[in-house]
Amino acid sequence: MAIAAVIFILAGLFFFFVGVVGVLRFPDFYARLHAAGKADSIAAVLVLIGVALYNLQEFNVGNLLVSIKIMLIAVFIYVASPTATHALTKAALVAGVEPWSKRKKKP
Amino acid sequence: MKTRVATFFIMLAFWVIMSGMFDAFHLSLGVFCCLLVAHFSHNLLFPETTGPQRSWLSDIVGVTLYLPYLLWQILLANLQVAWIVLHPRALEMIDPHIFRFKTKLKRPISKVAFAQSITLTPGTITVNIYSDEAGEQPDEFAVYALTKEAAASLPGEMEERVAKALEPANG
Repeated sequence: MAIAAVIFILAGLFFFFVGVVGVLRFPDFYARLHAAGKADSIAAVLVLIGVALYNLQEFNVGNLLVSIKIMLIAVFIYVASPTATHALTKAALVAGVEPWSKRKKKP
Repeated sequence: MKTRVATFFIMLAFWVIMSGMFDAFHLSLGVFCCLLVAHFSHNLLFPETTGPQRSWLSDIVGVTLYLPYLLWQILLANLQVAWIVLHPRALEMIDPHIFRFKTKLKRPISKVAFAQSITLTPGTITVNIYSDEAGEQPDEFAVYALTKEAAASLPGEMEERVAKALEPANG
């Protein structure tokens, strides 16, 4: 169980790392949102699954309840994160942030 | 009345999970609070809807069948975007652009589910849903895609799956 938990947490950390690299490398606001949203949608959930499994090493009702609560956090992230990403994108479009494009390169 | 009872039991299950105490005192507190909440806000959880209707049960079954597919898609798309991010020539591989497509989804809940699925899948973000007030034209999704391949996969299979999960069968 502990090994599985560690694998999940490490995979989550890998995707968080990729997310951070993406935020740093991508050219504009919108593309950076992609990287940030990805870290939310898979990395956080992988880490949470890992923590929930680690917590279940000693199986009893109390630990099971704590693990269910941890998974409820994951459900909340899955509802809230796309909403936030969508709101940010729309707000940026309304505010007039120009999307970066290959076709009109800077002189 | 049905919505009140359903809200009560959902709230009670949530209470029991959150409190973790099973003695009579805490449980009775929970029952009391859930009764109050169910009485005052049952129409928040089950809003009165117009338009095509379906029973909750088939909605729940549909969503349950849809979730594994969504998780699998999220995993695949994540690996793709991770590959792009870590690629030395990432800027040559991406081609960000906004595109629009028409959807055939009718119920608000299925449009929301589809928009959230698009945003959850890395590489695509739903920017806006332009709906025709008169309801004659199908709604239009505006999607911001990171690469050409991500854009090409929409609406496609995911819309079919959402339609199967949440739209009325004869719609």
